[in-house]
Amino acid sequence: MFPIVHKRRLSRSVYEMGVQAPAIARKAKAGQFFILRTDEEGERIPLTFSDWDPESGVISFIFMRVGKTTHQLSHLETGDALADVTGPLGIPTHVDGLGRVAVVGGGVGAAVAYPVARAMQEAGSDVTVVLGARNADLLILEEEFRSLGVDLIVVTDDGSAGRKALVTEPLRELCETGAIDSAMAIGPTIMMRFCAETAAEHGVPCVVSLNPIMVDGTGMCGSCRVTVGGETRFACVDGPDFDGHEVDFEELMSRQRVYTDEERLADAEYTEECSCRLE
Amino acid sequence: MPAGVSEGGDATSGGDTPRRKPSRAPRTPMPEQSPVERRGNFDEVTLGYSPEEAVAEAERCLQCKNPTCIEGCPVNIDIKSFLARVIDGDFHGGVEVIKVKNVLPSVCGRVCPQEDQCEVVCVLAKKYEPVAIGRVERFLGDFDLACDIEARCHPEVGEPTGRSAAIVGSGPAGLACAQELARLGHSVAMLEGLHAPGGVLVYGIPEFRLPKDIVQAEIDALIEMGVELRTNVVVGKTVTLDELMGEEGFGTVFIGSGAGLPVFLGIPGENLNGVYSANEFLTRNNLMKAYLFPEYDTPIWRGRKIAVVGGGNVAMDSARTALRLGAEEVFLVYRRSEEEMPARAEEVEHAREEGVEFKMLCSPAEVTGRDGWVTGLVATRMELGEPDDSGRRSPVCVMGSDFEIACDTVIMAVGTRANPLISDAAPGLELTDRGYIVTGDDGSTSLPGVYAGGDIVTGAATVIEAMGAGKRAATAMDAWLQRPR
Ligand SMILES: Cc1cc2nc3c(=O)[nH]c(=O)nc-3n(C[C@H](O)[C@H](O)[C@H](O)COP(=O)(O)OP(=O)(O)OC[C@H]3O[C@@H](n4cnc5c(N)ncnc54)[C@H](O)[C@@H]3O)c2cc1C
Ligand SMILES: Cc1cc2nc3c(=O)[nH]c(=O)nc-3n(C[C@H](O)[C@H](O)[C@H](O)COP(=O)(O)OP(=O)(O)OC[C@H]3O[C@@H](n4cnc5c(N)ncnc54)[C@H](O)[C@@H]3O)c2cc1C
Ligand code: SF4
Ligand code: FES
Repeated sequence: MFPIVHKRRLSRSVYEMGVQAPAIARKAKAGQFFILRTDEEGERIPLTFSDWDPESGVISFIFMRVGKTTHQLSHLETGDALADVTGPLGIPTHVDGLGRVAVVGGGVGAAVAYPVARAMQEAGSDVTVVLGARNADLLILEEEFRSLGVDLIVVTDDGSAGRKALVTEPLRELCETGAIDSAMAIGPTIMMRFCAETAAEHGVPCVVSLNPIMVDGTGMCGSCRVTVGGETRFACVDGPDFDGHEVDFEELMSRQRVYTDEERLADAEYTEECSCRLE
Repeated sequence: MPAGVSEGGDATSGGDTPRRKPSRAPRTPMPEQSPVERRGNFDEVTLGYSPEEAVAEAERCLQCKNPTCIEGCPVNIDIKSFLARVIDGDFHGGVEVIKVKNVLPSVCGRVCPQEDQCEVVCVLAKKYEPVAIGRVERFLGDFDLACDIEARCHPEVGEPTGRSAAIVGSGPAGLACAQELARLGHSVAMLEGLHAPGGVLVYGIPEFRLPKDIVQAEIDALIEMGVELRTNVVVGKTVTLDELMGEEGFGTVFIGSGAGLPVFLGIPGENLNGVYSANEFLTRNNLMKAYLFPEYDTPIWRGRKIAVVGGGNVAMDSARTALRLGAEEVFLVYRRSEEEMPARAEEVEHAREEGVEFKMLCSPAEVTGRDGWVTGLVATRMELGEPDDSGRRSPVCVMGSDFEIACDTVIMAVGTRANPLISDAAPGLELTDRGYIVTGDDGSTSLPGVYAGGDIVTGAATVIEAMGAGKRAATAMDAWLQRPR
């Protein structure tokens, strides 16, 4: 069992959690993920490290409540424990020698963008972060990014915080003015797609961090396969980072919807049983 | 001894001379669920012999002077002797004989291809049907498992040697290796990447062929012997081989990580929704228990018309699982002819009885779809060409013979490859050009103190071969640990 050592609510549906997992905390790198199972009946779900501390043996992550497992997770508290935590999985994000780079974090993608931006900054890159959310309520980690000392551009769809814009607008400006050599986009698939297209228009390389449905996370099942440059790749072992200009986003979005009906059923049953009324 | 089996009571133990006249009865049939009944559940298909049936079957054995069955067994179990014990009603004794060579009789009795191993060379097979060696083995294994854990046939654990070994992977190869090293008194840690131990026995082979509580009972027995099980440890990621032999202080490491990477055909449409690798389909069902959704959280797409591509055990298991999930029609699409299917005869028979429809000499060319979902599988008809050098007639396309099988799910059971997670993190480990680990006969690899065995060395093979390799490596690892330094 893996004890939960801290938990914090960041917005209406976004939480941060820390779990004691010393072997993993020793090895984690920016951009890598792990797989957890809450209990014996649970599904294996992948989540990205937002932070890790080899000294205390704690790994942290930020998750959005979107379905049954993340809903269950949101009800666990410090002192509870997770049945299984496995990792670190995937190839770490390439952070060295990037020069001037823009990191775009949309929605809960900001959680992944945070350690990536920090690692790039530490590796000596000149980092601009574009932090986006639908509204001020859903905006997370603004303070944390600010304290990294990176250039920070905040946007919301409705203008309730920062600029009223989609993340692609500041990204376009950065590309147009030649202010960046490359970009990395992390967030909802549709956002990553538009970021990659925007960067491509200006000939700027754009890495994306893909999130297909996974089971084992070790290359054993092929559930996570994505088409990149016309070839099938397994995101859990070959990724999750890929060249955004080469990804077949249409296929990825379709594959993410395979279990929509089952997911709805599972979450509806759980919601009824737990009667938290999703406050 | 159970009542009613005392016939042949003049039996004396041991010796090569037959102690009684062998029975001339036909092969004792295996009780099983009817095809109609079992199609609707995940319970085990075959129910196992009763003590009376086991004895009746053993009594068919001729107790040959030259027992060819033993040579046919990949690990040379003393089959003749365990059958003699069963004839005497000494089931404990029978288990002990098997466990000298094979620690998982309940598993092997169920899944070994006996028809190609011990039974095919049984002397009786020349004129009659061979002794049902596998069924008697299973009976003995189950007899042992049904005893209280203290009363079970455990190997004696030797005096602690103060030396330690790490076993990577808890499939048959790892289990056999761990057991043998523990028996020799070494302290053993078994590292498994998934959340549950057992390898293919747990994530691949379905409940209806190998109940999971049997595998669990065998693993419990290992833990009882003092083996430490560490799940959720992915070697190459959570810890590297170097670290295991260095900081972690293990004297030796065994790699039994299997050949788990699924292969796809590379035909158009393979990433449509509704296309599964057999590994994913079976893992969702067996390891994650998706057939019990929503009680268990992991979902599975339950198609109505399913095409399974392949002709091995993995394809049969996928097809039969699909039926049990409620499919109306299941087609098995295989590019060669039925004689060439590598699946066990018994599994092919079971699949056919349950209603799987065989489409032989068909080679998949494309998966068709609409709105991102599978609508069919286009296949090309094949015919058998001239025999090649090996005398095997390989299939060749019949031009212009493409046809479409309407279906909403396609399961690819066309083989697996070596998973590079461990070797990527161990640059000095010598691999074949296909990524399998190169070893000597004793399982030694190019890295000192590191051994390997099972599917990661041979490519996809069998449970018993993996176990044999694990045990052989354990002998060499013991010598390595005890070497003068
Ligand atoms: C490499 C990777 C890193 C990720 N990092 C984060 C993160 O840091 N924070 C975060 O909030 N989310 C992250 N996700 C997404 C997260 O895994 C899903 O939100 C989670 O699995 C949803 O599970 P659920 O039962 O709550 O919801 P469900 O109702 O089961 O599913 C909701 C949606 O999540 C996706 N999903 C469902 N099951 C899985 C699965 N087994 N694997 C992947 N996606 C699935 C599906 O597209 C689905 O539409 C990551 C995904 C991947 C692949
Ligand atoms: C569906 C199916 C049906 C089959 N039916 C039969 C049958 O009827 N009869 C028969 O004899 N054979 C059958 N086989 C083949 C047989 O199961 C295999 O040959 C055998 O399991 C190989 O054993 P192994 O120990 O080498 O590997 P596996 O059983 O594959 O076990 C390897 C283990 O190592 C773990 N692992 C992998 N990488 C790592 C890592 N980096 N770190 C930690 N752990 C890791 C895996 O999670 C797994 O648990 C079947 C196979 C399949 C897939
Ligand atoms: S070859 Fe057949 S008949 Fe002879 S000892 Fe073996 S099982 Fe018995
Ligand atoms: S999640 Fe199974 S192969 Fe990637």
